[in-house]
Parts: sequence; C-alpha cells; structure tokens
Amino acid sequence: MAAGAASGGSAVTDTYKESRTWLLMPAWLTLSILVLAPVTMMLVYSFLTKEFRGGVIWEFSLAAYDQFFFDRGLFGDEAPKVEWTYILIFWRSIWQAGAATILSLVIGFPTAYFIATRPEQSRPLWVFLITIPYWVNLLIRTVSMKFLLRDQGPFNDLLINIGLIDTPIHIINTNFAVQLGLFYSYLPFMVLPIYAAVERYNFTLSEAAADLYASKWVTLRRILLPAVKPGVIAGCILVFVPSMGSFLAPDLLGGAKNFMIGSLIEEQFKGNAGNWPFGAAASMILMTMVLIILLIYARQQARADKVEG
Amino acid sequence: MSTDQEITREIAIDVRNAVKRYGDFTALKQISLSIMDNEFFTLLGPSGCGKTTLLRMIAGFEDVTEGGIYLYGDEIENLPPHQRPVNTVFQNYALFPHMTILDNVGFGLEMRGSSKADARKRAGEMLELVQLSQFAARKPSQLSGGQQQRVALARALAPQPKVLLLDEPLSALDLKLRKAMQLELKHLQRETGITFIFVTHDQEEALTMSDRIAVMSAGELQQLGAPTDIYERPHNMFVADFIGETNLLEVSVDKIEAGRAICHLGGGHELTCNEVAGIGTGAQVHMSIRPERLFMSEQPAKGESLHGRVKENIFVGTDISTIVALDEGPDFIVRTSNSDRGNKRIFEPGTEMYINMELGAARLLVD
Repeated sequence: MAAGAASGGSAVTDTYKESRTWLLMPAWLTLSILVLAPVTMMLVYSFLTKEFRGGVIWEFSLAAYDQFFFDRGLFGDEAPKVEWTYILIFWRSIWQAGAATILSLVIGFPTAYFIATRPEQSRPLWVFLITIPYWVNLLIRTVSMKFLLRDQGPFNDLLINIGLIDTPIHIINTNFAVQLGLFYSYLPFMVLPIYAAVERYNFTLSEAAADLYASKWVTLRRILLPAVKPGVIAGCILVFVPSMGSFLAPDLLGGAKNFMIGSLIEEQFKGNAGNWPFGAAASMILMTMVLIILLIYARQQARADKVEG
Repeated sequence: MSTDQEITREIAIDVRNAVKRYGDFTALKQISLSIMDNEFFTLLGPSGCGKTTLLRMIAGFEDVTEGGIYLYGDEIENLPPHQRPVNTVFQNYALFPHMTILDNVGFGLEMRGSSKADARKRAGEMLELVQLSQFAARKPSQLSGGQQQRVALARALAPQPKVLLLDEPLSALDLKLRKAMQLELKHLQRETGITFIFVTHDQEEALTMSDRIAVMSAGELQQLGAPTDIYERPHNMFVADFIGETNLLEVSVDKIEAGRAICHLGGGHELTCNEVAGIGTGAQVHMSIRPERLFMSEQPAKGESLHGRVKENIFVGTDISTIVALDEGPDFIVRTSNSDRGNKRIFEPGTEMYINMELGAARLLVD
C-alpha cells in the first residue's frame, strides 16, 4: 500500500512523502540519539585498547574479547585455553534471570488475573497499588530487602517466634536471595502486560469452554493462556532482559559468590581499576546473547503459527 | 388426544420456584415452568426481563438463589457448568479464536473423553450437517457472521446435549440471514430431536419458531402457551402490547351476562367481549383487538360494528393500515390485506364507514 502510494510520483504523493519524512523526524532522532549512538559507541570501545586508569587508547585491539573467552596465563604468553570464569558468570546470569522470570510469572499471572477480573471501576486502584512500591528508589528497596531477610532480621525472627524453625534460614548471599531481589525489582513489568491482555480477554470464551465440559484447569491451559500469550511473552521479556544485566540485587543480596554479568560490567567502569574495552565487550556479548534468545523464540513462534494454519 | 401425549412426554427441564437475586435487586421472582422433551421452547421478553438470567441459570453460569432446576428428574442447580449435559449457543458465538473450525466443533467431544481422531471425525460430520465442511481448516475470524453462527451451533450440538440453550443467537445477523437461520434452526431441532430453549426479544422470531413461548417481564412469567394462544388470547396488558400490533383501549365493564362482558368504550360505543375471571361489572380495564381482526364496510356487518371516519391510510407493503376515528371515541387501527384493495375494502380519508369484528375478537386484559 505505502509503496504503491510512494511510487505514484504525482504532486500529491510527493507532498505526502515530504511531510511524512518531517513528521517521522522526532522518532528517527530519538532512535539515533538514544539507541543507535550509544550502541555504536559501545561497539567501537570494545575494539579499542585499554588505558590503565580507565578510559581508552584509540588503537584497534581484540584484547577485550580475547580476555573474555581465552586464558593465556598470568603474563599472556601461554597457549590459549578456554576461559571459563566469564562464561560461568554469564551462565549464572541466564539461570538467575530465568528463575526470577519464572518466579515473577508464577506470582504475577494470578495477580494480573485478579486485577483484571475486579469490577471495572476498581481496576485502576489495584494497578496503582501494584506500582506504589516502585516509587521508592530501587537501591533503597534492595537494601531494605537485605535487612528484612538477614539471619537476625524480621523475617527469620517471625518464623522463630511462631515456632516454625529453630535456627535462622540463611537467605542472604544465596542464589535464591538474588532471584527474590530480581523478582521484586521487576514484578510490575510482568503484571502490567498480562493485566492488559487478560482485561481484553473475552470471558465468554471461558464460559463456552466450561459449557463444553472443560474443567477450570483445562480452560486456563487451552483457552485463556493461548489468548493472553502475547501479554505473557511481553512480561517475560520485560523481566528477563533487565534481570540479565542487573547488578544491584546480585551485589547486595548475592555477595561475591553470586556475581552476575551486570556486576562484572559495572566493575569495569567504576573508579580507576576498570577496563573500559572489556566492559564494552561484555556488554556487546550480553546484548548479542539476548538478541539471539529473542530471535530463536521469534522464529519458533513463526513456525508454530505456520503449523497451526 | 393431545393431553394423552403430554402425559407420556417427559419433562426435560423443570424450573421450580427459581429466584435470582443480585444484592437487593431481584432479577427473577419465583419462576416455575416445565419444558417438555423434544420441545422448541422460547423465553421471550424485553431486555432486562430475566430471560437470559434464567437461561444462564440452566447452563450453570449463574447460581440459583432459591428454588431448584431439574434435568430429566435430576437436580442440577448445584452442578458446575462443565458437569451439566446441556450446551449453549452464545449470542456472540464465543468461538475459540486460536483454534480451527474443526477443532472448535470437536472441543466438547474431546472434553467428554473422545479420542482426538474420533472427535475430529464427528466434528466433520457436524460441519457437514451445517454445510461448512469446506471451512474446516479455517480460523473463526475468516468466516462471516452467519457462518460463525452455524459453527457455534455445530459446536454446541456435537456432544449431543440433552438440552440445547440458545441465547439470542440470531440477533447479530441481518434480516434476510436471520429469516433463513430461523428455518434452519427449526429443521435442525426436528432432525436432532434435542430440546431447544431459545431466548429472544424478537416476538416475530418467537412466534415463527416455537412450540411454546414463555413471555417474561420484570422477572416474572406473564404468560405461557403456544404461539397462537399467546397471540390470539393474550392474558394481560403486557403480553397484548408486546406481541404484535394491537388496539389497546381503556374500557369500563357495563354488565356481565351469560359469559359475555358488555364494555363501554367512551363516546357511546359498546362492544361485547368474553368474560374474564377476576373482571367484574364496573371494572376499568384494557381491551385488546388485533388490527387484522377488523374490517371496514359502508353498512354495519354481522357481529360487532362501530361507526367512524377514516383519518389516514398507511401503506406497509403486504398490508394497508387505516387509522379510524370513532365518533367522539378512541382511534382504531385497521389492517387490510393489500390484495383486498380491489374489493373496495379500503376507504379514502374522510369517508364515514363502519368497522366490524367477529364476536370474540375483542379481549379483556388483566392489568
């Protein structure tokens, strides 16, 4: 349609084309300044040589990528072996972000469903309540969580006082603490898209399924879930992607053992000890990984749609 | 004869003193009715009369506040919808958008435990029955409204329910398609032998299709009977006014003798009606006379005649509606078939004439 109109070449379509170019300018500017430029900068920096007090020397180098994947010994003169440290950190990040996403989905879906099934006039209030904790700075919320969950903290005190446990459960500095922190950081990003999808859902479909002898569980799985799938996917992406690169929760709740890729990148740009090209390279690798995961998903989705008809 | 038949016929759905309340609002006030096996039964009434609520209570989507609902003798009002052997055709079809037409139709069978292959085979047969076999692989959004309607019907009939519930299924279709579907539904009901409970606000639709009609208003049953009963012998004002076109007149009952009530219309006009239980001498009540039961003539004809003057003729296709003003009395609408035009039964406006009716055409109504 648009191509047909543009190739017309008449005065009207030319004016249309011209004004369209101008009208699209803000979008192009935003995209290039806020997306294209930073990513390009990062890509360029990842191929430069590091300066010891932070910053870069403008000299092409593959050292950053080499350091990420290969171990050449302390002085860099040994035969290259695969460097597992960073790959493990990477793997842990995927794993932690995945667990946090699943946790968010398990808690977020029923929450979103609950809000979407309230009377219409009370729904905005519920959405508002969900977002209220997020008006507080993320750092403060994460520190508070650390305080709540520590061995002598209120959570363990409560469990001991009601007699459920004798000795405190160690939560801080475990993987689970990090997952909990990530879950709490990004929960609204799971709830809101699912809420939007469930609110648009035609509940007569659930009635129709029940009428045709489907139990509640089957109705959920075979009718509701396929209908709200786009919202669920959006929610999962919105939680998984920032969780992957997050550094606050892993730093504060996970301790040194539970280092994630976000912390690794953060270290490279902090103070004088950093390595900018290496940080940039790790960022590029993180971004590439996330894109690959999304692409695999998109392709599978397209294939599934084709099979379905 | 007919009473013998009714005794042997089973009751498919028995609603006993069913009440539905939403907080302070009472949607249904003690409804009791029995729907017979293999019957095309219609719940008719304006929106908000409780007809859909009653249907949804039978399907299991609404709780019953008081009373009971029985399906072939079994109490069902506490069963969840998926355990009731009744199926519903929804007003906006409610087809599953992500499934093919074939899978939509097969869904109920699969849920009842048929294998996927069996469900598909039977679904294919159902699609054949509603002449949509060629669309089996399509998605609902690729079908027209009328086709979606037939898919919804096939889907609800596929598991062979004991009773089929239809919630205004034709209201979204255009007039021509609606007429065709009315016939198709009626035929399907005869072929399958399944009891149909049909909800509509369209009185013409109800009269065309039903074996019996329950007219409802404000959560109450107004009249229950065959279409001809309801049309010819409306019990009260609401029914007479809601079903078809009628002349509703305020009358006072002058005297009652030998089963006849002599009524006064105002302006010195009198009419004889059948006596109605509960309406005595001196009562101020309403009377209904269907416009097509009236005919005009220059001289009074046999039966009841009233003198008046033609005000206006309105052409309505098959008929002509004539508005007649009685001398110092109320206006009447007289409906004459268009084919009678040549027989000089139509008069020009301003002409003085008589309107006539057979005894029994005028009916007194309970308020």
